[in-house]
Amino acid sequence: MLLSPLPMHIPDGFLSVVVSVFFWLISIGGIGFALRKVNQVIGEREVPLMGVLAAAIFAGQMLNFTVTGGTSGHLMGAALATIIVGPWAAILVMTSVVSIQALVFQDGGLLVLGANIFNMGILGVVLSAMVMQFIRKIFQNRKKYLLGGSFIAGWLSIFIASLAAGLELAISGTSPVQIAVPAMAGIHALIGIGEGLITLGAVLFLYINRPDLVTHPNEAKNANSGIVVAGVILTVLLAVLSPLASSHPDGLEWVAETAAFLNFAKESTYQIIPDYLLPGLHNEAVATIFAGLIGAVIVFGVIFVMMNQRKKQLPQRETDFE
Amino acid sequence: MSYVIRIKSLSYRYPDQQIGLNGVDLTILPGEKVALVGANGAGKSTLIHHLNGILIGEGDVNILGMTVEKKNLKRIRGKVGVVFQNPDDQLFSSTVYEDVAYGPIYQGLNKQEVKKRVAEALSMVGMQDYIDRNSYYLSIGEKKRVSIATVLSMQPEFLVMDEPTSGLDPRARRELINLLQQLPQTMLIATHDLDLVEKILPRTVIMYRGQVVVDGPTSQIIPDSNLLENYGL
Amino acid sequence: MSNSQPLNPYIQLESPAHRLDSRIKLSLVFVYILTINLIPHAVWVVFPILFSVNLSLAVVSGIGIKKLLKRSLWVLPFVIAVFPLLFSIRGNTWFEITLLGFSFTASWEGLERLLSIVLKAWFSIQAAIILVSTTKFEGILKGLRWMKIPKLLVAVIGLMWRYLFVLVAEAKRLLVARSSRSSDLPDFHSGGSMIWRAQVTGYMAGNLLLRSIERSDRVYMAMLSRGYDGEVRMDNDRVLSRKEIHILLIGILICVCLFVLSLYFGGAF
Repeated sequence: MLLSPLPMHIPDGFLSVVVSVFFWLISIGGIGFALRKVNQVIGEREVPLMGVLAAAIFAGQMLNFTVTGGTSGHLMGAALATIIVGPWAAILVMTSVVSIQALVFQDGGLLVLGANIFNMGILGVVLSAMVMQFIRKIFQNRKKYLLGGSFIAGWLSIFIASLAAGLELAISGTSPVQIAVPAMAGIHALIGIGEGLITLGAVLFLYINRPDLVTHPNEAKNANSGIVVAGVILTVLLAVLSPLASSHPDGLEWVAETAAFLNFAKESTYQIIPDYLLPGLHNEAVATIFAGLIGAVIVFGVIFVMMNQRKKQLPQRETDFE
Repeated sequence: MSYVIRIKSLSYRYPDQQIGLNGVDLTILPGEKVALVGANGAGKSTLIHHLNGILIGEGDVNILGMTVEKKNLKRIRGKVGVVFQNPDDQLFSSTVYEDVAYGPIYQGLNKQEVKKRVAEALSMVGMQDYIDRNSYYLSIGEKKRVSIATVLSMQPEFLVMDEPTSGLDPRARRELINLLQQLPQTMLIATHDLDLVEKILPRTVIMYRGQVVVDGPTSQIIPDSNLLENYGL
Repeated sequence: MSNSQPLNPYIQLESPAHRLDSRIKLSLVFVYILTINLIPHAVWVVFPILFSVNLSLAVVSGIGIKKLLKRSLWVLPFVIAVFPLLFSIRGNTWFEITLLGFSFTASWEGLERLLSIVLKAWFSIQAAIILVSTTKFEGILKGLRWMKIPKLLVAVIGLMWRYLFVLVAEAKRLLVARSSRSSDLPDFHSGGSMIWRAQVTGYMAGNLLLRSIERSDRVYMAMLSRGYDGEVRMDNDRVLSRKEIHILLIGILICVCLFVLSLYFGGAF
């Protein structure tokens, strides 16, 4: 539990609506682009592959190993998916994984799903693809390239994604930037090592048993230079922006406040008199709470009347639905 | 301590409230070879999962003088070698050597000792020539043998197997039965293969709906087709 | 997702919430969660209303209040992530503590923000829990199609769901097989090196992936033999009835009212 308080799967309520909507738009754009590429580049064969791979990555996230004491390392899978099916299909695979986690298991929120897809799906995949492209140029040796690349891609995808999540939390005013960003980055620099090692082990396993799966002949065609440029820009942006932001919290606070203003959440818009924050402190506070309770009673009342109505109608209804 | 395992009134309920075991009593003495038979869903696998503490139910499970509880688990798992039904679950490394070496390496043995253990275990199952092969693309029969070697390398005193002959062709099955016959350890084998039971397991335990309903010499139980029929066999 | 809990959150029951068309339900839950998040911080008057809406839904859907509260509790660990707000937001002093020579000032405003965020997260999770407890996954897929999510993506998500439980069971069996062989001896330091453990875990992931990729080959052949030609087709869904559209509109209206109410009590007018 010690490693998870700073969430990678951000829940609803933790990002402001403006930030959530912003990342929805970015993710929709990214997914749309990936869908077009998938339709162009790869064939019908890949639909079941993507589906089963997404399920395998979901299940693979349950595989863990003890790091030390009570903490354990486990897999996110963006780098692994990228190495197996290439970046465009990997974006769809990771989008499916993150979406099901949110839609069915409440692992991450629905309103913030766009941001979670961006962090763990799009960002993780783009960075992995970039790393693999770079490493391929450095190592001529196939095996060295694959293994070195998979470790670095695994690590970087976690580390940069955590910076993004930290910044999103900070911009939303949920966590102070000078705490959120270094804490996220510090912890995930370590967690990323686990990701890197597991990715490396998995790629080694595949390389030994089915080398054709991890050494695509059409690799060069599959990952274009656009993704490298995008990866470099994102890395630089996040790697430079986050330390800058955490050492100059005022700048980010300004962003946060602007966002908060758009979000109707800016404190000064509805300056609440400090004394009546909590129940019993002030008559007006009591009145407010009272109003809330009346509202609650009304809701309950309406529901119960509806339920009673329904009970009376039930026999008749059941035949309706047959 | 004259027994290998002693189970007293063991019960287990799954989280969905389904009954897995309902008051099981079973004692196995050193050197015994016991068959565990019963219809699907009778509780055989659930019982096996209690023998090395993967599940911990209500009641008392004692293995070689140690109670199966959290603090003893790692010690017990070295004494009880469990071979699962699907060898693909057991063989998760990239080479046969690494798979068989997993147990000894985890135990913290030195490299020399690990190598020795792997060589011994593989020769016991007749797979010494496969040491550098990849586990993934072996035949099912070969995978089953390597799976057995992965627990033999820990030098367990008690071997537990779940359906060792399922999915094997007749020749591989014959070879596996010969192999099991030669292993000296105390054994509990869960199986539907009554021919295997008759050949090498002198004692038979029948489970039905989470309980041990019959326990006696194989020579009396297996020929009694009415009895077997009653318990869905 | 704890191991002891059955994986699929759907609860088979008969209730108005179960009967409501999944497209309406999915849209309403999105709108509702959006509303919860749009409500300004610290407008306490709205919070009991939201809570009672959730509890009422739990009763109406047959899930029960107890189960809803129990399932939504695991938002709690996330409180730690927002905890620093208590000290970082400047305002009226609540209390001061000195730790390792540093003095920290907790403010009422910080507390306000912290409580608001945690409660909003909690209420949002409750809404999502009610959705998945009353809606089969096929219904959620139908909802996604209705929201015009591209067919290819919906198809991938659908296939993922189809094989999810099989592969989760495989992953669990791998873990069981590994821990069955993870033993220790007297006088030996057990566990091996951290890197070795990580590598073995990687192998397990590779094993799982390889088996599933080979499975996808068989799935593909089965799809081909049933006439799959590379085009993802889906059934046309039933047109929504007038009554269902009305339910959707009324739901949205209630959310808008809640939002306006929160603005009013938040002092926006």
